[in-house]
Amino acid sequence: MIVALCATAIVVIALLWEITTPWLDRTLDARRRRKLARRHAQDAPAYDPGRERRAEQRARELLKSCVNEEEWAMYRDLGLLRVWGAQADGPAGGRGLGGVPYAYLVYPHKPIVAYLPQTGRLLHEYCVEFPDESRPYGSARLPDSDDVLAKWMALKGDEARLISESNMHLPGRQVDPRLVQRDIWRLGQWERERLARARKRASGGSPKPPAARPADN
Amino acid sequence: MRPGFGEQLIAEGDPAVAEDAERLVEEFRRQLDAGMWAAVPTTTATGSRQAELVRAFDDIPAGTGRVIFFPRAAGGAV
Repeated sequence: MIVALCATAIVVIALLWEITTPWLDRTLDARRRRKLARRHAQDAPAYDPGRERRAEQRARELLKSCVNEEEWAMYRDLGLLRVWGAQADGPAGGRGLGGVPYAYLVYPHKPIVAYLPQTGRLLHEYCVEFPDESRPYGSARLPDSDDVLAKWMALKGDEARLISESNMHLPGRQVDPRLVQRDIWRLGQWERERLARARKRASGGSPKPPAARPADN
Repeated sequence: MRPGFGEQLIAEGDPAVAEDAERLVEEFRRQLDAGMWAAVPTTTATGSRQAELVRAFDDIPAGTGRVIFFPRAAGGAV
């Protein structure tokens, strides 16, 4: 009788052990993970809501110090940069422009758009990014002005290399052609006004004062 | 240029001083090995601002005040 009871008890204990061991393992694992997560949370720097704004301010200063005065004013006033193309046959993907001048519109975090300034015809979109390769998944972006400066330096320094690294598309793939046409028109207006101001300054004339109103009496 | 942070000073020194030059070369190589591109802002004789991409420390024009590193370009959204 006692032997039977002992055998039964041993079987029950063995069965219980089989059931409880995985549960115990899971519980201990979860506890370890929670502890680790708490430790990482303590090590991580606190979220700084002004960090990106300060980064953008620094980026604007850096851009201003690198580009021409006219280009800086263009970016400040219009939010884009125009960079003249320097390849004899035109940008990649073109069928040879025969020496016709072409240019790129550089926007922050948008594709670079190649176009013909004389006619306003859009040529291509070149999608290019500057990803942080040390953090391939979910890495932060460059501040807007740094993105523009990176494109500007790459176009000025090695246009063919940048264009060859990009994904080329026909106009309208990501940037609305109507918006680009509007920007080309705004750029033209902006240049005319700037030229008029420069001419006025050169001629030594100050802006015409508003006409004096006739006396009321 | 660092994504999420913007401009950060990596190293500074006088390349004419041997100790500084060694440190600058080492940092230059480390940045390029990390997949960064290096650009030198320049000014032409006519006063126009340009940029030059450099692939070796020796390619940096004499008298350069700064070298800007930025992440290598890659094809964007398709």
